[in-house]
Amino acid sequence: MNLEFSPEEMAFRDEVRAFIQDNYPDRLRELGAREDLSPEDMVAWYKILGEKGWSVPAWPTEYGGTGWTPTQRYIWSEENARVSAIMPLPFGVSMVGPVIYTFGNDAQKDRHLPGIRKGDVWWCQGYSEPGAGSDLASLKTTAVRAKDSGGDHYVINGQKTWTTLAQHADWGFFLCRTDPDAARPQEGISFILIDMNTPGIEVRPIKLIDGGYEVNETWLTDVRVPVENLVGEENKGWTYAKFLLAHERSGIAGVARSKRGVEKLRDIAKAEMMDGEPLMRDFDFARKISQLEIDLAALEITELRTLAGEQAGRGPGPESSILKIKGTEIQQRLTELTLEAVGQYGTPYYRDLVDAGSNEYPIGPDHARHAAADYFNMRKTSIYGGSNEIQRNIITKLILGL
Amino acid sequence: MDFNFTEEQGMVRDSLARMVREQYDFDTRRSVVESESGWRPEIWTQLAELGLFGMPFAEADGGFGGGAIDSLIVMEEFGKGLVVEPFVPTVVCAGGFLKHAGTDAQKADHLAAIIGGSRVFAFAYAEPRGRYDLANLETTAKRDGDAYLLNGHKAVVTGAPWASHLIVTARTSGERRDRDGVSVFILSKESDGVTTRDYPTVDGRRASEVYFENVAVPSDALIGDEGDGLPLIERVVDEAIAALCAEACGAMKVAHEMTVEYSRQRKQFGAPIGSFQVLQHRMVDMFMEYEQSLSMAYLATLRLDEGAAERKRAVSSAKVRIGQAAHHIGQEAIQIHGGMGMTDELAIGHYFKRLTVFDSEFGNVDHHMKRHIALSTVD
Repeated sequence: MNLEFSPEEMAFRDEVRAFIQDNYPDRLRELGAREDLSPEDMVAWYKILGEKGWSVPAWPTEYGGTGWTPTQRYIWSEENARVSAIMPLPFGVSMVGPVIYTFGNDAQKDRHLPGIRKGDVWWCQGYSEPGAGSDLASLKTTAVRAKDSGGDHYVINGQKTWTTLAQHADWGFFLCRTDPDAARPQEGISFILIDMNTPGIEVRPIKLIDGGYEVNETWLTDVRVPVENLVGEENKGWTYAKFLLAHERSGIAGVARSKRGVEKLRDIAKAEMMDGEPLMRDFDFARKISQLEIDLAALEITELRTLAGEQAGRGPGPESSILKIKGTEIQQRLTELTLEAVGQYGTPYYRDLVDAGSNEYPIGPDHARHAAADYFNMRKTSIYGGSNEIQRNIITKLILGL
Repeated sequence: MDFNFTEEQGMVRDSLARMVREQYDFDTRRSVVESESGWRPEIWTQLAELGLFGMPFAEADGGFGGGAIDSLIVMEEFGKGLVVEPFVPTVVCAGGFLKHAGTDAQKADHLAAIIGGSRVFAFAYAEPRGRYDLANLETTAKRDGDAYLLNGHKAVVTGAPWASHLIVTARTSGERRDRDGVSVFILSKESDGVTTRDYPTVDGRRASEVYFENVAVPSDALIGDEGDGLPLIERVVDEAIAALCAEACGAMKVAHEMTVEYSRQRKQFGAPIGSFQVLQHRMVDMFMEYEQSLSMAYLATLRLDEGAAERKRAVSSAKVRIGQAAHHIGQEAIQIHGGMGMTDELAIGHYFKRLTVFDSEFGNVDHHMKRHIALSTVD
C-alpha cells in the first residue's frame, strides 16, 4: 500500500502538464470559470483535446479512449484543475457515449461516436419531466411506433424538463414510454436518440435562481424519429438509463476541482480583512476551511480507493453514490464559504453590470463577482444526477441490503 | 499508487480475524474485562506466536521488516473485537521509541522481549494539568551524578497495571511548556520510588495514575538526546494515533453492521424498523462516515514516514475526521437500538464506549483541528 506515483506516472504527469500549459487557450484562462460562457468557449478546450485524442480518456481504446489507467485519469483531472480548465461537456463524453458503445449497434457507433470524440456534436439529456423527477420511471413522454411512406418511425409526444444546455444541442438522448401496459413502469421505457432539429421540438430556457439559463423545458409534439435511433432493445431503456447514471456519478465527486477551489478560498481569506487582520487569521473561519479540507482529503482517498478497485477489475458500483453525496456536499460548502468570505460584496447582482471598457469604478473585488451566483447555482448538485436522497436509497438497497 | 495489501498481510489479517472471532467473542471478553487482572496474558503470548509483534520492526532488529501498515491491519481487527490487550503502548509506542532512537544496547535489551511477548509497556506521557499538550510537563528528571532523579505524576496511563516497563516523558530543563528541554526515559515499573494507583476505564481497559518520587534511573535509560525529545515524542504519538484510528475503524464497522442487523430483526408498527426510510438514511450516513474514516486511517498511516509537517497534517486530519465519525456512529448506533442500546447486556453499548474514549486519546477533535489550522496558516 502506498500513495506514491511511479516514475512512469510522474513522466505522464509532466507530459500532460506541459501539453495543458502549451495548448490551453489564453482566452479561456482569462475568462476563468464564469457562468456566462459562450457556446464556443464551452467547447474550445474540448475540440483541442479531440484533435489530440484526449477528449474521451475513459472510453475503450477501440472507440478512441486513451487506455489510461485510473491513476493516470486521476492525474489528468488534477492537472486540468490546476488551470480551472473548462472540460469537455459530459452529455456526450460520459453519458450517451458509453451507452452507445455498450448497447448501441455498429451503425449508431459509426454515426455518433466520432462527433462526440471530436467535440463537433453537442448532446443533451431528456430524462426528467415535470411529473417525473426522483420518480423517473413514472415518465409519460410516449413514443408510438408507426409505419408510413416515410418508413418505420416513432412518433414522440411529451414534455421534458431540466434539459441542460439544450438550447445549443444538436442531438438529445431521451427516455420515452413505448409500452404503456407493461407490468412495472420501468419495463416499458426505451432509450431513443433524437436530432434536435427535427420538426416538433421546442426548447424554452428556464431562468434559474443565479440569473442564468442553463436548463430548459423541451416540448415534443408529434416528433418523427426513425426507428434506427432506438438504442438497444425496445422497452429495455431503464437498464441503459441506470447504467448511464452510475457512469455519471463516478466523475461527479469533482475532487480535483474542489481542491483548486479550496486554494482559491484560502487566497480570498488572506485578502479579505476582518477586525484589522486577514480573515484567514480568524479562528472560526479558519476552522471551517480546515474542516472542509479534511473532509475533502477523506473524499479524495475514498475516490482513489474506488479507482484502485476499478483498476483491479471491480467496476464503479454503488460506492459511486458515496462519491456523489460527499462530493456535492463539499462543492456546496465551498461556494457557501466563498460567499461568506467576500462579506457584503456578495450582495450586488453582478450579472447585469457591464463595466468592461467603461470608465466607472468597478464594484467590489474581482474575487467577489461570482461568489453569490456560484453559491446559488451549486445547490443544483445535490438535486441532479439522482438526488442525494435517491443516492441514499441506492446505498440502502445495494450496500446495506435493506 | 496502491491500496492493496500484500499476500502476507492478507494472511496475517485472516488468521488474526479468526483468532479474534474464535477466542474473543463478546461473552468471553466480558468475563475477562470483569476479572481481577482485566486481560489475558495467554492471548498476548498467542499474538506474539502469530508474529504480530515483530511485523513493524526491521529484520536487523529481529523483526519482519514491515511497518505502520502492519500495525493498521492488527488494530483494525482488534477494533472489531474490542481487544483490550496493549498492542499500541507496547509495540507501537515503546517499539517506536526504540526503533527511531534506541541505542543498540537498548534495542538488545527490550526489542526481542517485546517481539517475543515477554515484556509489556505502558506509555506515561499525560499529566493531570497538561491536557493534550505533550510539552506541558511538570514531571522532572534532574541529573544526579551518573543518573537522573524522576519526580512527578502521570495521568491515565492505559495498560499500566499490566505493564512491566514504562516509557516516561519528563522535563530535563526549561519552563513548563517549552518545546526544548523534554526527554524520554525507559525504565522498569518495579524501580524504587514508582507507585501506581490502578483502576478500570469506562471502555473495559485498565489504567493507572503513576507517581514518581525520587526515582533514580541510570543515564542509559535516556532514549534519544537529552532535552531534544519532543520531535521524537510527536512522531511516536502520531504513529500511535494512526494505529488507534485503524482500531476505531474496526469498531465503527462492527457497530454499523450490528445496527443494520438489529434494524432487520426489530419490529414495530408491524414492520422491521429497517424498512423505515428515516432510519435507512441515517444508517447510510453511518456507513459513509465509516468509509471516509477508513480512507483517513489509510492516509494517516501512509504519511507517517513523510516530513514532520506533512505527517502531522495527515494525522491531525485523520484524528479530526475519525473522532467526529466515532461520536456520530456510536450515538446513532445506540439511538437505533432504542432501549436495548442502553443495556449493558448488548455488545453495542461497549462499542459506543470504546469509540467515545477514542476521541480523547492523544488529543481530541478540537486539539487536532487547532493543530491543522496552525499548520495551514504558517505563511
